[in-house]
Amino acid sequence: MAVVMCLPSITPQIMTDLPMALDKDTVQRIARLARIKVPETELESLAGELDNILGWIEQLNEVDTADVAPMTSVVEMDLPRRDDVVTDGGYPEKVLANAPDADRGYFTVPKVVE
Amino acid sequence: MRTIKGETGEWEIVVGLEVHAQVVSDAKLFSGASTAFGAAPNSQVSLVDAAMPGMLPVINQKCVEQAVRTGLGLNAKINERSVFDRKNYFYPDLPFGYQISQFKDPIVGEGILTLDMPDGSTREIGIERLHLEQDAGKSIHDMDPHRTYVDLNRAGVALMEIVSRPDIRGSEEAGLYVTKMRSILRYLGTCDGNMEQGSLRADVNVSVRLLGDTDLGTRCEIKNVNSIRSVRQAVEVEARRQVEILEAGGEIEQQTRLFDADRGETRAMRSKEEAHDYRYFPDPDLLPLELDPDWIAEIKASLPELPDAKKARFEGDYGLNAEDAAVLVADKEDAAYFETVAEKRKDPKLAANWVINELAGRLKDLDLEIHNSPVPAAALGGLLDLIEDNTISGRIAKDVLDDMFATGKDADALVEEKGLTQITDTGEIEAILDQIIADNPDQVAQAKETPKVAGWFVGQVMKASGGKANPAVVNQLLAKKLAE
Repeated sequence: MAVVMCLPSITPQIMTDLPMALDKDTVQRIARLARIKVPETELESLAGELDNILGWIEQLNEVDTADVAPMTSVVEMDLPRRDDVVTDGGYPEKVLANAPDADRGYFTVPKVVE
Repeated sequence: MRTIKGETGEWEIVVGLEVHAQVVSDAKLFSGASTAFGAAPNSQVSLVDAAMPGMLPVINQKCVEQAVRTGLGLNAKINERSVFDRKNYFYPDLPFGYQISQFKDPIVGEGILTLDMPDGSTREIGIERLHLEQDAGKSIHDMDPHRTYVDLNRAGVALMEIVSRPDIRGSEEAGLYVTKMRSILRYLGTCDGNMEQGSLRADVNVSVRLLGDTDLGTRCEIKNVNSIRSVRQAVEVEARRQVEILEAGGEIEQQTRLFDADRGETRAMRSKEEAHDYRYFPDPDLLPLELDPDWIAEIKASLPELPDAKKARFEGDYGLNAEDAAVLVADKEDAAYFETVAEKRKDPKLAANWVINELAGRLKDLDLEIHNSPVPAAALGGLLDLIEDNTISGRIAKDVLDDMFATGKDADALVEEKGLTQITDTGEIEAILDQIIADNPDQVAQAKETPKVAGWFVGQVMKASGGKANPAVVNQLLAKKLAE
């Protein structure tokens, strides 16, 4: 569900920002923004695959939706709310359990200098 | 500084501000972890805040209410339907890889903030929007030479980003804008306004254009400025930099920059160069936020009297001028203190003077706030009573106030104890004056020729009486004696 809902909103931005047919550079840029390492040799084929997906989504534009409000959920419900009460936290050891290099209660990462 | 006189002409400084205000709430925007400041690292982090797989955000109703309350306090349009979006970027203090924010459909639309200018006039600055978003965690760079330390306690705390129109001109107005915003937020109780703890910070957008031009110049955004003084300095430093470039024939590159207060300069932030491709899209974990108009009306009905309304009332009810009224209403507690002193007083302006000048000055010297003043409002009122009924002069009253600060005693008790009651007895003052006249024949001759010199005698009488002689009586007697 999540994937289906977010794709149409991504598409217009990619369409306006990027050339219609995806080239290698664009694929590389998308990969870098997503922090996915893609070997140079795979860029070409990936561009073709992504192009196909975009083309498939493009078909949705054939339907006239001018008078249709965007569907945000398949169930009739309001956004659930929570009261302002502290009910969670207090377990730094659980939060840090998967951190490869935690120190004195902190996550640590290679130096990020500004 | 509103403009910069350059070599090629006079440049106008145009500023737009994005204020990030931490929402006052006990729990975070989308999780049940605490928002309290200063806890042990990562001890106020839920698995939602840490972005563990499968965790889902559930919105805190109080944070929504605080955003609506703030919008209403800024005379802004409340949007009954708003949408949360994901703003995608990578940074170590952002475990999700995106910030949940609001992009196209914010919770609050256009509003207005009124600046109180130093000369007592006002100026309206447009508010473009207010939206709710999550704060990021905190990166600490000085704990290790090779590593950055990350504490996620702040990650997920609710922020309101309040965006102004580029209506602000120059550095003073930029400072006044943040001051007024802080004041309104504190009245509303929606943000504590504590800039040292980072509860209120500003991104400052600066551009310059030749005075008279109507098109805006290219702007640079200075991130995370965390004091009102730094806001003013950042505007000036950045505007000067831009004028220098433009006058040398260069062009301004739109950039995210950083203000270095120690060096008094701004510089480009390397990390942000590539980050501007945020690829916003509606967060599929969150339905649109729909608000009930009746609920909005309830919040509106519960708003306190805000600074602008209070200022107008102080001018009307107490006859204060706009400058004094603006100073007194800036802080809710100052205003309440003043009202306690001024109520039922013959001369409320006396109360304003004493609160603004004498009390505030002494509190500042001691680094105290009005709510922990050693002299409570009722006690200052007691002191002013003694001035109004002529028991003591204003000059003596200043000394008494010093003693009140030092001892915590009431004005009545101190005046009695030290025998400071003003001498209004004509005979007693006349005796002192006669003595001085007898001792100083030269001065008398001089004063008869040049009446201005007579002030010297008043000073001598005050000195001889330990400041207790009633100045009006002294003047009256002196005029009579010199005319003899």
